[in-house]
Amino acid sequence: MHGMINRAIERFVRDTYGREIWTKVTQKAGLEFSEFEAMLSYDDALTFDVLAAVAEVLENPVVDVLENIGIYLVSHPNVEALRRLLRFGGVTFTDFLYSLDDLQERARLAVSDLHLPQLELREHTTDFYSLSCKAPRAGFGHVIVGLLRAMADDYGALVLLDHKGAQDGIEIIEVRLLTVTHASGRSFDLGARAG
Amino acid sequence: MIDDEPLFALLKTLCPMHAVLNSTGHIVHAGWALKKIRPHLDMTGMRFSELVEIQRPRNDGSMNALRMIAGRKLHLQLRDAPRTSLKGVAVTLPEDGTLGPSGGAIVNLSFGISVIEAVRDYKLTSADFAATDLAIEMLYLVEAKTAAMDLSRTLNSRLRGAKIAAEEQAFTDTLTGLKNRRALDFVLNHLLEHEHDFALLHVDLDYFKAVNDSKGHAAGDFVLQQVARIMIDETRNEDTIARTGGDEFVIVLNRLTNPELVQDIADRLIARLEVPMEFNGQECNISGSAGSVLSAQTDGVNVAQLMEDADLALYAAKSEGRGCHVAYCNELRKSKPMSNTA
Repeated sequence: MHGMINRAIERFVRDTYGREIWTKVTQKAGLEFSEFEAMLSYDDALTFDVLAAVAEVLENPVVDVLENIGIYLVSHPNVEALRRLLRFGGVTFTDFLYSLDDLQERARLAVSDLHLPQLELREHTTDFYSLSCKAPRAGFGHVIVGLLRAMADDYGALVLLDHKGAQDGIEIIEVRLLTVTHASGRSFDLGARAG
Repeated sequence: MIDDEPLFALLKTLCPMHAVLNSTGHIVHAGWALKKIRPHLDMTGMRFSELVEIQRPRNDGSMNALRMIAGRKLHLQLRDAPRTSLKGVAVTLPEDGTLGPSGGAIVNLSFGISVIEAVRDYKLTSADFAATDLAIEMLYLVEAKTAAMDLSRTLNSRLRGAKIAAEEQAFTDTLTGLKNRRALDFVLNHLLEHEHDFALLHVDLDYFKAVNDSKGHAAGDFVLQQVARIMIDETRNEDTIARTGGDEFVIVLNRLTNPELVQDIADRLIARLEVPMEFNGQECNISGSAGSVLSAQTDGVNVAQLMEDADLALYAAKSEGRGCHVAYCNELRKSKPMSNTA
């Protein structure tokens, strides 16, 4: 798995729960190092060992951990750059939903060896969508749920999200748009580059 | 007179940063994206050439000149600050007035590479660009690549730190902090390659084994550390000191060609080694024998040759009763075979 994904898990744990908890996780997962390097690649199994260790140390189900990682990625100031990159996807939350179809390609443009799951949006009605998430192993869908939850807040949209489980390696997420401007979202200034 | 409004409406969507000029080069209609970057100006009625300067292709700013360069890629710059650079293209309008002001022109503009500053300077949003404009994608890429580059830079500096640490370890004798054999070979090869002069002093401790055996390894280690300190004291920063064996040391004295100076240094060194050292209340007495050779002594030397010569001199010093220094000379080679140096 790409170092960036492992690094995201690490930053989530450290920024949310502190260094000590992260040290416990690395010990439980049997890591021989204390920090992931974002620009290196790691064995896939390592990522799942770390996730299992996080769930165990935090005494939380893995799916909750995954969803919280998704929320963290959009809402924590330490990873503001990522929120900005996602906001380039569109002016409204609906635009943003459609931009997820290009997420895999966008990530590859920035970091050529970063493979994200393939997302595909289907519009059932103007306020009811389903998003399919195709990855070698299930789990990513829960991260996407967290990410969508936080992005909806960011855009000031009110949504209901439902992870419908995985079938044939494809996870399905249902998205119901209740309102697109329930509260004032966070601003997005094109020219204010995140440090 | 044909109504121009349908044309303006069309341009509004297709190319929001445009200006429609009449036959005299005055602006009759400006797209909203163009208005946005100069909100305080009333552009209608202004001469286009007063708003922007067409820098390339070179021209006199007249309407005639603009007609001559219609269809070509234009490099423009706004006349007042911020002097944003623009790209553009002009098309001429028919003389008969069937499309837009008769004999006029439409100039379409875009930011080109200056889009990054423009977005900041004019607080532009996605809505300020034509739907087909790649500006947003370009901004996305710049940010994404910058973020990725920052991560790469972090990795690079971490790797460099690790590399330096590994190299230090690989070149350092961990007990004394002096250089090791590998480092010495590296330094000697470098000096010979660049034909720098130096003196090589091979020092072997005397009675060290007795200290080690009778007073223990801790005492032995302590003595070696004291010896290292003395050697550092008695040499200059630019010199290299290496521990090449249990109680063997090699000192490379840079730029030294005078045998008397080498003799002085060796004598001083041996005298200090002979000062009793105290370890946990016990006195440790050692001495040292030294053999030296000058790189300037022979032509076409190599590292192995120099080390061998210094070994021979060291052996001679040991034979002379230890605690002394002998400089290499050719006579030594006749009297002592190599195999005895060990």
